Amino acid sequence: MTGSANAPLIEVSNLGVRLNTSRGPAQAVRGVSFSLRRGETLGLVGESGCGKSVTALALMGLLPDSAVISGSIRLDGSELVGLPDANYCKLRGNRISMIFQEPMTALNPMHTIGRQVAEPLRRHTNCSAAEARKQAIALLDRVGLPDAAKRVDAYPHQFSGGQRQRVTIAMALACQPDVLVADEPTTALDVTIQGQILDLIADIVAERGMSMILISHDLGVIAENVQRMMVMYGGTVVESGATDAVFTRMGHPYTQGLFRARPRLGARKGTRLKTIAGTVPELADLPSGCTFADRCAIVEDRCRVAPPAAVDVGAGHGVRCLRTDVSMAEAVGVLGA
Amino acid sequence: MSVFLFRRFLTLLATLVGASLIIFFVLDALPGNAAQMLMGADASPDAVRALTVKLGLDQPLYYRYLHWIKGMLTGDLGNSYAYGTPVAGLIAERLTLTIPLAVLSMSMTVVLALSAGIYTAANHNKLGDVGVMSLTQFGIALPNFWFAILLILLFSVKLQWLSAGGFAGWDEGIIAGIKSLLLPAISLSVVQAAILARVTRSAVLEVLREDFVRTARAKGLSKRAVLWQHVLRNAMIPVMTIMGLQFANLLAGTIVIENVFYLPGLGRLIFQSIANRDLIVVRNCVMLLAAVVVIVNFVVDVLYAFIDPRIKVHSL
Amino acid sequence: MSTPLSASVEVGATTARPRLASGFWRRALRHRSFVTGGTLTLMVLCAALLSLVWTPWSAYEIDVASKLRPPSAAHWLGTDVLGRDIVSLLLVGARSTIMVGIIAVGIGLTFGVCLGLIAAARKSWTEEIIMRMSDFTFAFPAVLSAIMLAAVFGPGMVTSIVAIGIFQIPTLVRLTRGSANAIWAREFVLAARACGKGGFRITIEHVLPNVLPILIVQATIQFALAILAEAALSYLGLGTQPPQPSWGRMLNDAQTLLFQSPMLAVYPGAAIAIAVLGLNLFGDGLRDLLDPRLARER
Repeated sequence: MTGSANAPLIEVSNLGVRLNTSRGPAQAVRGVSFSLRRGETLGLVGESGCGKSVTALALMGLLPDSAVISGSIRLDGSELVGLPDANYCKLRGNRISMIFQEPMTALNPMHTIGRQVAEPLRRHTNCSAAEARKQAIALLDRVGLPDAAKRVDAYPHQFSGGQRQRVTIAMALACQPDVLVADEPTTALDVTIQGQILDLIADIVAERGMSMILISHDLGVIAENVQRMMVMYGGTVVESGATDAVFTRMGHPYTQGLFRARPRLGARKGTRLKTIAGTVPELADLPSGCTFADRCAIVEDRCRVAPPAAVDVGAGHGVRCLRTDVSMAEAVGVLGA
Repeated sequence: MSVFLFRRFLTLLATLVGASLIIFFVLDALPGNAAQMLMGADASPDAVRALTVKLGLDQPLYYRYLHWIKGMLTGDLGNSYAYGTPVAGLIAERLTLTIPLAVLSMSMTVVLALSAGIYTAANHNKLGDVGVMSLTQFGIALPNFWFAILLILLFSVKLQWLSAGGFAGWDEGIIAGIKSLLLPAISLSVVQAAILARVTRSAVLEVLREDFVRTARAKGLSKRAVLWQHVLRNAMIPVMTIMGLQFANLLAGTIVIENVFYLPGLGRLIFQSIANRDLIVVRNCVMLLAAVVVIVNFVVDVLYAFIDPRIKVHSL
Repeated sequence: MSTPLSASVEVGATTARPRLASGFWRRALRHRSFVTGGTLTLMVLCAALLSLVWTPWSAYEIDVASKLRPPSAAHWLGTDVLGRDIVSLLLVGARSTIMVGIIAVGIGLTFGVCLGLIAAARKSWTEEIIMRMSDFTFAFPAVLSAIMLAAVFGPGMVTSIVAIGIFQIPTLVRLTRGSANAIWAREFVLAARACGKGGFRITIEHVLPNVLPILIVQATIQFALAILAEAALSYLGLGTQPPQPSWGRMLNDAQTLLFQSPMLAVYPGAAIAIAVLGLNLFGDGLRDLLDPRLARER
């Protein structure tokens, strides 16, 4: 609506989030920067606890009050970090929407789905209850809920998991947002439903020209659904670039490890799944150097000194690793495997 | 829905019958001869026999039980041994005091508890929360009749704003009547409100942690709007359960509090009837209180079905 | 979570238990409501024990000549309308209160826990019957059942103990059954059943030890409720009978003298409130310490 087509819609620079956990303060996200243009799609991939959901919640302004946020998040050029909640409320569900992981618990069991889908409309637009209801039915119909007009007054418990996720998608779309944040939208669903839901999201994003940030721990989901991707580990972005570029030339040992660790059909019998040695570090006690150093096969002493800077290994393809010379040479072997 | 209601109604009837059996057993079968008790140990056997026949106590037990049930259904509860007047009339007269008292103190309880509970949950771990919660800890420890005496000490003895007891009667006007019920109602409700406030607070906090609260926030609702539109209705279910149980305590409490303030209500009638050995009055009053408790819990269950859409389907 | 080991504890398998216990006490002594509650409860307990061997004056001897004395060196809190020493009455009153509480909670625990365990172990119609029974026992609050019993057997300490005990049962049945059912659903019970152990043995060996912490916590809360109920009953004259001193009875006596000596109504009530507050805080603290999962938001 404002800004030229080429100006970034969302610009995150040097975002840091400190959370108060039961074990003391933890730097959940550090130095995350990216920008997203209108109509662009971005994937965030990483293991649980790597900071991808925290990044998403920071975008939505939904982190707990005790969280300390540094850096900057700009939407159409206006700063969101430190925005009073009342102003943030006008953006949420209106210009930025979010789809959550658990459709079973993300809906209020006491309200009809029609009311819940109409709620953002009632909140952000001046439309009447009847008008909002009509639009809610249209939205439910668009997301493929069978018999939308009849079932608009049903309650969440009367729907299956996949249908409920369709409802939350309708809810997120209600006000035609500019940005959609989808946090593991299919993780809790049956495998057969996952594809349908992802296709639905992709269709709608394309149809409405929205930008999307898709969060997943599943490389396959990322590969098929976004133009650009970021790999997160220990609260930092270890690799970022166009999805195709990252998948053809993986630069970071962690990305390569994630790729090797994915289970595949048709693997030869007896082939063991390659895993990444060690476990995800506790965010409360991250090492001072590269966060992946303790689990990395090609680690050197200098890796442990300071967090490595991003190295450009291709156009818009950055890798935070000091040893790209070795890892990129090996990467050929990875893809062959 | 209707299946649920019907089933719940059947258990209500069964519970009422069970309660009436227990009351009849304890108050009619156990004592042996009520006429003997009424006249004392040194009454002449002939006089006792005469009274036994007069009161119908020579009939077999099952007959007397059925007679009582029939009486309850027709409103003819027999005559008080002590006053000689119909029991139903005695009770009805006393209810004009006890019902307003119970309603007044229950509403005070609910208003106090819900506002304190919601306030503390919304300000979780802040100064106001800690302060109000410590107050409720003291409130729970207060015996209500002692609190009543302290109120009398303050408002009647020291400040002389209200009378120390007695009931002006509704003939004197509504204001005068409520004025004499004010201290009793406060002393009944403060202790209960302390408990209910804690329940409300933890129920609200529990719901605030649910995923759909975050969803609602993601839609652009403010914290306050989420609290009122999404959280409260979900939190009401445990709160209502406790409210139902508290009503039972409240009725038991009126027996004590009416005695503190010398109020001529149902509680005082029961109490006096025990002193008079007027078992027929005791039996009917206890049955009435038990029935109210059971029915209130029934109503709470029915309200669940209206509040929580999930119940309708699960019971079908 | 890990607490530093005390230097004296030697490493080895045998030390596991004392280490756990010392950890408990270290945490317990830092827990604010546990310490406050424990102290208050201990105070009441000591008062009761002290009254067995010593009271400043006799709590039973009537001396009308020195009635309603204000506090003095001889009578720290003064005397009542019959000239009895208030401090002595309070001390002996603590004894009745604690005795009624212990017996009533004992009755409640015995029946409540047994029925609850049976309901959880037997399921089907046994469970149904026990739960329905406890449902309508709920319809009779302590005061109501005490009134019924007093109407038949005459008022007295025994009547009130039985009434309060009965009133405790349904709460404990529900709690025991609920927690026992949760234990029955756990894997180690399944494993025990797979070994061919019967319901009784599983209940004694696995279920009871696991529900015990919850029951201990609830028992302290029930104790507080019993004290409140006992006070109310003796205030009404349905509980402990004179000349045996009791806090509720003292309040009743004091109420007729509110205009003359208002403080007489303050002391016994404060004693009841202290005992109940102490037990409640103690119970809350125990709940936090025994099972962190039970700990609610404070």
